Amino acid sequence: MRNFALRMGGAWLMSGLTMVLSPAMVYASEATAASPVPMNDGTAWWVWPVVLFVVTFVMGIIAVLGGVGGGVLYVPIISGFFPFHLDFVRGTGLLVALSGALAAGPGLLKANLASLRLAVPVALIASTMAIVGAMVGLALPTNIVQILLGATILGIVVIMFTAKKSDIPDVPQADSLSSALRICGIYHEYSSKQDINWKIHRTIPGLLTFIVIGFMAGMFGLGAGWANVPVLNLMMGAPLKISVATSKFLLSITDTSAAWIYLNKGCVIPMMVVPSLIGIMLGSFVGVRILKVAKPTFIRWMVIVILSFAGLKALTKGLGVELF
Amino acid sequence: MSATNISVTATEEQLLYAKILEKGMYFGLLLMFVTFALYVLGIMPAIVPKDMVAEYWNLPVGEYLETINHNYIGWAHGPTGWSWMKLIGNGDFLNFVPIAILSGVTIICYAAIVPGLFQRGDKAYGIMAIAEVLILALAASGLLAVGH
Repeated sequence: MRNFALRMGGAWLMSGLTMVLSPAMVYASEATAASPVPMNDGTAWWVWPVVLFVVTFVMGIIAVLGGVGGGVLYVPIISGFFPFHLDFVRGTGLLVALSGALAAGPGLLKANLASLRLAVPVALIASTMAIVGAMVGLALPTNIVQILLGATILGIVVIMFTAKKSDIPDVPQADSLSSALRICGIYHEYSSKQDINWKIHRTIPGLLTFIVIGFMAGMFGLGAGWANVPVLNLMMGAPLKISVATSKFLLSITDTSAAWIYLNKGCVIPMMVVPSLIGIMLGSFVGVRILKVAKPTFIRWMVIVILSFAGLKALTKGLGVELF
Repeated sequence: MSATNISVTATEEQLLYAKILEKGMYFGLLLMFVTFALYVLGIMPAIVPKDMVAEYWNLPVGEYLETINHNYIGWAHGPTGWSWMKLIGNGDFLNFVPIAILSGVTIICYAAIVPGLFQRGDKAYGIMAIAEVLILALAASGLLAVGH
């Protein structure tokens, strides 16, 4: 049964990857970019939403197994290999990240793993900057955004390579700002059956970093878990579980602000959004089940390879170079 | 919320926030399934015919809005901001309602915890929560929409 589940999981992942990275997708993308008039290749209207659903379903599985958010996979892959314009991909990417955060947020808050006290000041900065990022991103020429997106994705790959994690960072003393705001808490660690007291430090540099994180989240529609967690955990000293949970919850606020800008600008096509949301959510449910039997190291490497490929594709697409 | 009250369990406002977020999320998602079914099953008419959507999603958003406005809507300007509300009698634009609910539930969550924060003397967080409501409301208002 265990082997069967593994084989099925592997088969899904491989078929999804094959579809995501197939020459047909590349052709579709390039054909669209090169064509000044709308494409009309006789494809039935329901084909693209179904393909989108299947691909995002696989993406949802990979996101859970690879420990990344859906948005960071969605935007570079869909914008690189599908015929949708980057404006709609970013709008949908934000909604994908937002829906994942909304689904996880209540449970994480109730379990006291996501800290509202930690999230409120961070979210205030990140959501404000996400609005600015979204406005700048929509005002810049598409190829510039595509190039910056590619560079950012490759930067994320470097972060995934190099960033360390600390389960319970050593915070000798809370700084004055976090003490004044009483940003601290206790959570129950089931693995060690202990209640862990936590506090944070370096609050001001940490908050300032969210200026950049929020801006990038809004500009590229990526979500920002890849950046939130290292900053909360390594810079500010929050325990890893609190950092991961608070980061996930944070996305529900940061991405909301940017999503409104994209929504008001008209960057939402339901035929793209709904299959993507359903696909990634169902994929996430399945991913959680496969997680029990999958090898996380392999999956993480796979995510790094996929992101590297998608980042390069975004970069070359923005530069107008047909590398692959 | 004072330091002496810290415990393993979540604070009152955190639980209130979670409760509203959960209800809003479920309502939004359920509505999304319903409105999308009404749209794709052809139960409701669509502004942009389903078999034509793929003709336009490769265009930059400004050009997309201009084209669908010219071909199907006929307004002075394309449907930006909240003007989609005038089109919710159509399946494609009806789907904006659950998306707006999912995007708006956080504003309600924040607004709901403000009174409790001030009641407990947590002025700093009360003020930050109000500021967040104002920022999200500004983003939602459509006043900040800019184009290429």
